[in-house]
Amino acid sequence: MEIIIGLLSGIAASMGFGGGFILIIYLTAFAGVEQITAQGVNLLFFLPTALVSLVIHQKNKLIQWKKLLYLIPGGLLGIAVGTWLSSNIQTDFLQKLFASLLIFVGTKEIFHKNSEKHLTKQKQSNIIKTLKCDDREKSS
Amino acid sequence: MKKHLMGVICGLLNGLFGSGGGIAAVPMLESSGIEPRKSHATSVAFIFILSTATTISYLLGDKLDFNMAAAYIPYGIIGAVIGAFFLKKVPNSVLRRIFGAVMLAAAIRIFLK
Repeated sequence: MEIIIGLLSGIAASMGFGGGFILIIYLTAFAGVEQITAQGVNLLFFLPTALVSLVIHQKNKLIQWKKLLYLIPGGLLGIAVGTWLSSNIQTDFLQKLFASLLIFVGTKEIFHKNSEKHLTKQKQSNIIKTLKCDDREKSS
Repeated sequence: MKKHLMGVICGLLNGLFGSGGGIAAVPMLESSGIEPRKSHATSVAFIFILSTATTISYLLGDKLDFNMAAAYIPYGIIGAVIGAFFLKKVPNSVLRRIFGAVMLAAAIRIFLK
């Protein structure tokens, strides 16, 4: 079972699907591990796994480092608040919070618009707008 | 300002749940105009940095079980190679819907427990 869960979590983590949430679900719902312990295991699991996938993503030139820089200061502030909260609320409540997040994001993912198609549509409408502006300039 | 706020939300999730930062980071990066595959790869880089910080703070709070994690890591690394390979090939839309369904099923399980 460790093999299957490890593989699935690794695949999901490397594709940027919210890391090893599969691992947390498995540990808490099936292996009877406390939520906070499962979260720690997931963190330890994620670091080497992510490092390997980052090397491959970097080779494929998929990482936008510039965009990252802006996110880091806020991210660190959020972590300080988040870890403080996680150690000051009961682990059962923490798990319910986690499940609520899953419901919210899961629903959103199932009914999402295809972003690639959406982007091309946006580009098309932008082109149409510029053409219209050009026409107006010509006529004036 | 919006960017910083988005960073805070990802960090908050990461610190609180030890995961889930990527769930927020991917749609956020996509909404700033980065194509889906790049958004996913970039989110892994961002969450890696956040998770390093969160791991340190969990370590200080003595909340880490190294032995339990060690059982999963070798397979996770193999999975990471497979996942990184697929990110170049598989259409994202189908994956996201499958992922959403798995999340809903997991949430229902937790609430029914």
